[in-house]
Amino acid sequence: MHQLTISELTSRIVRRDVSAREAIQACLDRIQRVDGQIHAFLSCDPADALAQADAVDRALAAGDGAARQLLGVPVAIKDVIAVKGHRLSCGSKILGNFISPYNATVIEKLKSAGAIVFGRLNMDEFAMGSSTENSAFGATRNPWDTTRIPGGSSGGSAASVAAGECIASLGSDTGGSIRQPAALCGVVGLKPTYGRVSRYGLVAFASSLDQIGPFARSVRDAALMLEVLGGVDSRDSTSVPRPVPHYSTGLTGDIKGLKIGLAKEYMIGGLDPEVKQTVDAAVRQLESLGAEILDVSLPHTDYAVATYYIIATAEASANLARFDGVRYGRRVDGGDPIEMYGRTRGAGFGPEVKRRIILGTYVLSSGYHDAFYLRAQKVRTLIRNDFLKAFETVDAIVTPTTPTAAFKIGEKSDDPLQMYLSDIFTISCNLAGICGISIPCGFTGNASPRLPIGLQLLGKPFGEEAILKIAHAYEQSTGWHDQTPPLGN
Amino acid sequence: MAAAEIDVKYVAHLARLTLSAEEEQKLSSQLGNILDYIEKLKEADVAGVEPTAHAFPLVNVTRPDETRPSMAGEEALRNAPATAGGLFIVPKIVE
Repeated sequence: MHQLTISELTSRIVRRDVSAREAIQACLDRIQRVDGQIHAFLSCDPADALAQADAVDRALAAGDGAARQLLGVPVAIKDVIAVKGHRLSCGSKILGNFISPYNATVIEKLKSAGAIVFGRLNMDEFAMGSSTENSAFGATRNPWDTTRIPGGSSGGSAASVAAGECIASLGSDTGGSIRQPAALCGVVGLKPTYGRVSRYGLVAFASSLDQIGPFARSVRDAALMLEVLGGVDSRDSTSVPRPVPHYSTGLTGDIKGLKIGLAKEYMIGGLDPEVKQTVDAAVRQLESLGAEILDVSLPHTDYAVATYYIIATAEASANLARFDGVRYGRRVDGGDPIEMYGRTRGAGFGPEVKRRIILGTYVLSSGYHDAFYLRAQKVRTLIRNDFLKAFETVDAIVTPTTPTAAFKIGEKSDDPLQMYLSDIFTISCNLAGICGISIPCGFTGNASPRLPIGLQLLGKPFGEEAILKIAHAYEQSTGWHDQTPPLGN
Repeated sequence: MAAAEIDVKYVAHLARLTLSAEEEQKLSSQLGNILDYIEKLKEADVAGVEPTAHAFPLVNVTRPDETRPSMAGEEALRNAPATAGGLFIVPKIVE
């Protein structure tokens, strides 16, 4: 049961072939069996999850709620999104025993759609990282090879779906934190357009880049999730007042005549030959499905990582100023407030967060602001314009999601710059404010165990319909998404 | 603006972040590498380019100025390290 898709599960629950309780119990049992090997979950409250499922079952028995889109679907949550009454730590020690006093908008939406919202999924501290090794509570491991990283920062969200511990999950994506782990764990991960999904209740990392999005086992499931998650919210003034399309009905499998761009700047040195071969094969498959493949150019791609690490760290240094030991979380006492702030933050934040706060503070500091921050904002304009120009001729752009398959735990943890460069294909999407999806497109052949490889489709602002349609057609014609990791039972 | 010039101790003070001597040293060399990499932005021709602060700027998002229910005081204080009389307690600021 834990390997079902959303539509398979909801139709069985509606028919009352299975109960919502049985569905969540199957996930809880699976967590019990396999999470010791991968550590995707930081915590889980089975009693609360079962109570939500019982409420769904009681409503169904009374003839209510059968039309809800996510009826009885177990959805697990990245530890950066507030669920009322539950712990929230952002993978950090600084929040101590923080309990969320309210629900994020996406949580309210999931619950009204009938989902069973459960669990706190591991992540890089404050979503800063690409491997989930920066969690203060220990790394998550890749279900395909537990000596390797699952990607990050939403490593727990990707690994839990891959391992069958939940049917879908939520993550957040600031520079690739949904798409990169989805690629490395062999699942579907969708970063919606900036403004598509409310950020209310998401702990802010870089406010002009952050978006919440779903992880799922199929493109249709990701589309169903976005139908529920999307929409304007009066509590997030950056959410955009546009209607949410019925994404799942657009998944016809027919992509004849759609134009897909291939950016030469993404086929660079550093791209693993096996990843390149696999992505080349995926492009040929898209062509055989009737899509027209066109060359496009994104000439400012080479500046994306540098631009990102200025803008994201600058915004983070401001956003993380709130963790000062006054209103919530841990406090380390000092003789005066300044000393208390410094000691609290010095003891509470981990090394990567400190590194980014220092870098972000530096690029905003007097004398350096124009040279770094303002210049980065201008280059951001150039990067965005590259995409808008390309999208004048194509409906989507296809790229590898990552330059390599999952790397070994510890391989890059001492070299922050190498770690940053692993996000090279995903970062531009956030800077440009467009949407992107990663879907499984094959496996490495040489390594044993084999490792998943991800294909990224980038779409226009609010162009989720096109990338979902293309991703779905590809997925259904190849079946890579049906593969499951050889995780011991 | 060479990378070596970053004064980690000073910037850490601006960020209200107490670092150990080892942390300062390690950060200094790591940030040096990162700043060297970031230097490449100087090659970009940004003459006449407007900065982007936001990919999808919405302006003047307003709502009616009406009283609405909000979080109860005790809820807002529940996660605080120290409170008294419905207030946050902090170290003494003025003599």
